[in-house]
Amino acid sequence: MNSPLVQIAESVRGAASRPKLDLEAVRAKLAEARGKRFWRSLEEIAETPEFLAWLDDEFPSRAQDFRNAASRRDVLRLMGGALALAGLTGCTKQPPEYIVPYVRQPEDVIPGKPLYFATAMPFRGGAVGLVVESHEGRPTKIEGNPQHPASLGRTLAWQQAATLDLYDPDRSQAVLFRGRISSWGKFLGAAAELRERAGSGEGIYFLSEPLHSPTLIAQRQALVNRLPAIRWFEYDAVGQEAAAGARLAFGEPVNTVYLFERADVILSLDADFLGSMAGSIPYARGFISRRRAEADRSRINRLYVVEPAPTITGDKADHRLAVKASEVEGIARALASQLGVPAGGAPGLRPELEHFARVVAKDLQAHRSACVVVAGEQQPATVHAIAHAINQALGNGGATVLYSERADAAAPVDPQPLRTLAAEMNAGRVRTLFLLGVNPVYNAPADLQFARALEKVPLRIHHGSHQDETAALCQWHVPEAHFLESWSDAVAWDGTACIIQPLIAPIYEGKTAHEMLASLTDNPDQSAYRIVKSYWQARHGGPDFEQAWQQWLHDGVIANTSFRPKTVSVRADFAARAQASPAPAQGLEIVFRPDPCVWDGRFANNAWLQETPKPHTKLTWDNAVCLSPATAQRLGVENEDMVELRYRGRVVHAPVWTTPGQANDSASVFLGYGRRRGGRVCEGAGYDAYALRTSDQPHFGHGLEIRKIGGRRRLACTQDHSSIEGREIVLAATNAEFLANRRLFEHKHEKTSEEETLTIYPEWPYTGYKWGMAIDLNACIGCNSCVVACVAENNIAVVGKTQVLRGREMHWLRIDRYFEGDLDNPRTYFQPMLCQQCERAPCEPVCPVAATLHNDEGLSQMVYNRCVGTRYCSNNCPYKVRRFNFLLYSDWETASLEPLRNPDVTVRSRGVMEKCSFCIQRIQEAKIEAEKQERVVHDGEIQTACQQACPTEAIMFGDLNDRSSRVYRLHQNELNYSVLTELGTRPRIKYMAELRNPNPELERRS
Amino acid sequence: MSSRTVPITERADNPPVVAPGHDYRSVTQVISDVVLEFPLKRDWLIGFGIVAFFLSVLLVALLYLVLRGVGIWGINIPVAWGFAIVNFVWWIGIGHAGTLISAILLLMKQDWRTSINRFAEAMTLFAVICAGLFPLAHTGRPWLSYWLFPYPSTMNMWPQPRSPLIWDVFAVSTYFTVSLLFWYVGLVPDLATLRDRARKRWQQIVFGIFALGWTGSARHWLRYEMAYLLLAGLATPLVVSVHTVVSFDFAVSQVPGWHTTIFPPYFVAGAIHSGFAMVMSLAVPARAYYGLRDFITMRHLQNMAKLMIATSWIVAYGYIMEIFMAWYSGGQAEWFMVVNRMTGPYAPLYWLLWLTNIFSAQLFWFKGIRTNTIALFVLSIIINVGMWLERVVIVITSLHRDFLPSSWAMFYPTFWDWATYLGTIGLFLTLMFLFMRVLPAISMTEMKALVPPPAPLPTRQETVGHEMSVQT
Repeated sequence: MNSPLVQIAESVRGAASRPKLDLEAVRAKLAEARGKRFWRSLEEIAETPEFLAWLDDEFPSRAQDFRNAASRRDVLRLMGGALALAGLTGCTKQPPEYIVPYVRQPEDVIPGKPLYFATAMPFRGGAVGLVVESHEGRPTKIEGNPQHPASLGRTLAWQQAATLDLYDPDRSQAVLFRGRISSWGKFLGAAAELRERAGSGEGIYFLSEPLHSPTLIAQRQALVNRLPAIRWFEYDAVGQEAAAGARLAFGEPVNTVYLFERADVILSLDADFLGSMAGSIPYARGFISRRRAEADRSRINRLYVVEPAPTITGDKADHRLAVKASEVEGIARALASQLGVPAGGAPGLRPELEHFARVVAKDLQAHRSACVVVAGEQQPATVHAIAHAINQALGNGGATVLYSERADAAAPVDPQPLRTLAAEMNAGRVRTLFLLGVNPVYNAPADLQFARALEKVPLRIHHGSHQDETAALCQWHVPEAHFLESWSDAVAWDGTACIIQPLIAPIYEGKTAHEMLASLTDNPDQSAYRIVKSYWQARHGGPDFEQAWQQWLHDGVIANTSFRPKTVSVRADFAARAQASPAPAQGLEIVFRPDPCVWDGRFANNAWLQETPKPHTKLTWDNAVCLSPATAQRLGVENEDMVELRYRGRVVHAPVWTTPGQANDSASVFLGYGRRRGGRVCEGAGYDAYALRTSDQPHFGHGLEIRKIGGRRRLACTQDHSSIEGREIVLAATNAEFLANRRLFEHKHEKTSEEETLTIYPEWPYTGYKWGMAIDLNACIGCNSCVVACVAENNIAVVGKTQVLRGREMHWLRIDRYFEGDLDNPRTYFQPMLCQQCERAPCEPVCPVAATLHNDEGLSQMVYNRCVGTRYCSNNCPYKVRRFNFLLYSDWETASLEPLRNPDVTVRSRGVMEKCSFCIQRIQEAKIEAEKQERVVHDGEIQTACQQACPTEAIMFGDLNDRSSRVYRLHQNELNYSVLTELGTRPRIKYMAELRNPNPELERRS
Repeated sequence: MSSRTVPITERADNPPVVAPGHDYRSVTQVISDVVLEFPLKRDWLIGFGIVAFFLSVLLVALLYLVLRGVGIWGINIPVAWGFAIVNFVWWIGIGHAGTLISAILLLMKQDWRTSINRFAEAMTLFAVICAGLFPLAHTGRPWLSYWLFPYPSTMNMWPQPRSPLIWDVFAVSTYFTVSLLFWYVGLVPDLATLRDRARKRWQQIVFGIFALGWTGSARHWLRYEMAYLLLAGLATPLVVSVHTVVSFDFAVSQVPGWHTTIFPPYFVAGAIHSGFAMVMSLAVPARAYYGLRDFITMRHLQNMAKLMIATSWIVAYGYIMEIFMAWYSGGQAEWFMVVNRMTGPYAPLYWLLWLTNIFSAQLFWFKGIRTNTIALFVLSIIINVGMWLERVVIVITSLHRDFLPSSWAMFYPTFWDWATYLGTIGLFLTLMFLFMRVLPAISMTEMKALVPPPAPLPTRQETVGHEMSVQT
């Protein structure tokens, strides 16, 4: 065919030269034609000789050029052209790519309508079931799965932030061999080679986190069956002593599930069961169910917490005792002896601790079978064992504490897996090491010198999500698929299994651990889907497997798979085994804690979590050494002073943060920071506390020396001021006070009559919906889940440390934390603060361009397009909940972050004010749906993102015109009050005043 | 203004408004020579170079602001207004003396104002230009600042009239327009004089265009005087209204420390206080450099100093009432704001404010200081700084700790905050430098009303006096 251009050129040129056309001949030719004859030009029909010649020539118009002897100029010109064209097409052969329009769209997919899929996030202590929102195939938002026992429809901040991990531009994107891009195929080749040489598996070692995937456990078993000599180590970087404690108490490893909803009195021995313990979501729900505003106030529970470093559990306690971590055991023993539980003797305690133990023992004794003593995961096994013994003695077993079998009961227990592995490596016995989803070069105890030992292993294979510290030392690196792009399965902390189904195909070359293990089998290139499905097919056994499988995928939970309950009894020789640890040494204690946001460092490259203020300190982007005010004063250090931490001969430099609530003579250091590799976000943030940690005392130890070295490191704290200055912002009382006077908070109830509101404007009649919110301060545990949920839902930008230091964080919802009382061990109150959607919003009349307005359902709205950014609205907002894009904070550049965004919410540009909208996009969606069905929106149909994430249902949203709605009833609750009502703003959010339940016998002697 | 020919009753100890020995000719000559004959000296060029450098700093700062956003400044949440608004209020305040001198003192027949009014009016204009820059540039999206103006947009969107910022737009733009007209109308006879005296062709053309064909006919004078008087009448309420409206930006809000009914009078007094200080700061060096001591006499300087004593006391009253009302209101946040100003992290600024604004002005009670130009100059600069500090205290210490302690934060200015501020001073002084060079800084027409009238029968030479003076 001739190109059209040539034809045009020809037609232009030919007009003059072409012979005259005989139209009569053309007519004749057409008349002769038989059947359909398509013609292109009159010349064609005429079959003029010129036309036929023209057809013959391949390049008719340029033909003469080729016949001419080439001039030098022409040769050069053609060669140049050929070279350029060769350059364009020479590198790769482009495969044909077909664009398929949505002529027949996939079932259920309606552009613009999200779909929801059940899956689960595996995390230490078991999976949390999730329901993930997917927009045209891209997961954007994570919610809890209401049917999953570890979620109950709620999540923690880590789950909320997981979508950012998925789209993290710093994720490892290719299989690497010796630092160069390789391929999965080549890795499979290497694995085949390994398999051939494996023999019985001698010298092949595996290191992973504790496995929670039944399929993976089965795969491991199959591998061990084939290669009996392989060795597999599991470790948890943070470490957890619960299993060892159970073994010590009962002689067998049992799983423990607490039923806090049934407990009247709870004693936490350094256990953060509201925040970070496995199962903390149902635990928090159960604990709060006895305290929320709607609950029967006469059945309020009581929480005692003994802990060295403040956690949110301690912050919610009725009595919190700040003691060194090493003193917890003494208190446990004193308690045991008070209760008559033989626990190997009680050491002498300080009188105030003795008094505390006596009072708590009395309280526990008075609530037999309705109390819980729970030990923290970072307390030694002995403390766990004593807690178990006390629970048994008080008749809590089976009542408030449920024991069950563990999935890994048969697995050999190595208390020091990393130490053993390091010894094996140093001895040269490890020929091949698979590191599956772990980063021991960063997080192994410093005394093991893991990196040095690792180098002695000839073949090191790393499987991980980022090119982290460990990846850098391994020959092979295989990118790990994110759980949102993986087929897998996992069990929850209570044993309930669920299938993890992917929401998206792996964005990069990510592979699951299943595929890693399969590479060593005879069928190396199996997909994770086949592996997981065939495992469950075998386990299910029945003929209706496909149906069941569909059901499991749909529900996100496999029914009746929780661990079988078990009756246990404290072993007879318990007292003898639980010998007292040496009495607490004097001097400074160091306490290693996982960071409440980035945990052990695995979330360190997640900017959402980095920018989330830590619940108690409100620090972002950094870890610090937390010292009590008294200790800081004694050491002569202040906030942000750099100090040298010297502990067992190792030295780390870190900034100080004076933390009310930290035990005296105790310094908390937080793990997870000081990453050397692993992404742009984590590198350079904080200091590495692992560098001080030793394998024999991973949780705390004595002998820390702190020396001021001069210099400061600015720490980005989002709340500089912690005192409430005597203002009625957080209202609180004791339960007893409230029961004595139920009108305690009446003076702070909203004034609605006109003479009281002092306004000349008539009331707006809300004829349709009247949206409102209620926040129960009794229920808020300050866990930050709502904060991150809001970030994920509303495309809130991350601003980075320097901007947080300037006071420009963008969170629409923040959790204010106030201290009250004693400087060294204050009472702590959390208050979620977001746009109050004031009826008389002070922000609205001051906007010069009408960019913020009230709608007819009572919402204060921002019109981003209209906003010119005078910031007057923020000045006039007494709650300071408006956020301004001082610079271009939203990332408009990074391509991998684009699919992350919620398409229902505008991505803001610079110079624009923004604030909480009560998730207007969710309101609109529900309203449209309701209108289509010709009904009104039901109560509970709309959940704001913060409400949906909240583990304790502290946030309630709904229609205040609906007298039966839960939010309306809460607005009428006796505990209701609004913040700053005296300004006449008439907020649409009402808070429920917080009631604590202190024991009169322990009331502070002030 | 025939009334001004009546001699002012002079007290013996008061220096005269015009040094003795001047007549029509000498007035014209001295003043117009500054424009037409004064050589381009090296020290003028150096001075102009310095102020022009600061002007270019402003241009760079504004360019960077548009490119990066207002985040280059130190503002944050809760202190969402920083130096930009401080400077805006400060510059607007400075402008006030000009209008006060030209309009109110004119209506009150305070003839001593005559030699400084032109000068003060120019100062007003330039100060308003500097002030006007800030509200436009400080928005998050400055290219959309025109949305604050009422214009018929295709989307039928109008500004939101309840916002004090919209009142500001009207107040400031009216103020600028009236000030410009007042200044220009006053200039017309002088521009004609310059046109007639200019020897360079381009000067004749330029001055000729702006002189609007002024011939000095009786009809011209009649209309001129009427127009001037009317404009003075129009400008008079503006002296009070502009800063009242500016104070509404604060008073209408509910920020503790802003939400105060005393603000309008206290802002106006403060504006006049700073305005006189600025006139003083400019007049003292100008009269020395351009040899205008005979026209801007110690009488002027003394009168302004006395006025500043008065305004300092009004301002002090404002400060005291702020404290009293905060206490009397019983509002927790209000009283905290006062305590925080006095003892909080910005307390040094607050006490410095009292020192610079109030106490330093009391030195004007001493005649020795009132008659010492160096002391006057230094004190006027101190008061300018003090009035700037007042706005810092109002804007920043009120915002940085308001209702919820969780949001409290500090404001620290950045390099660009200072660059923008110093840049507007550069702009102001550049305009001032140019004004002094290209326009008569003192009204020749009005000065002539103050000097003894010429001999009863003017000779032929007198009527063509312009040519004569050129020759001399």
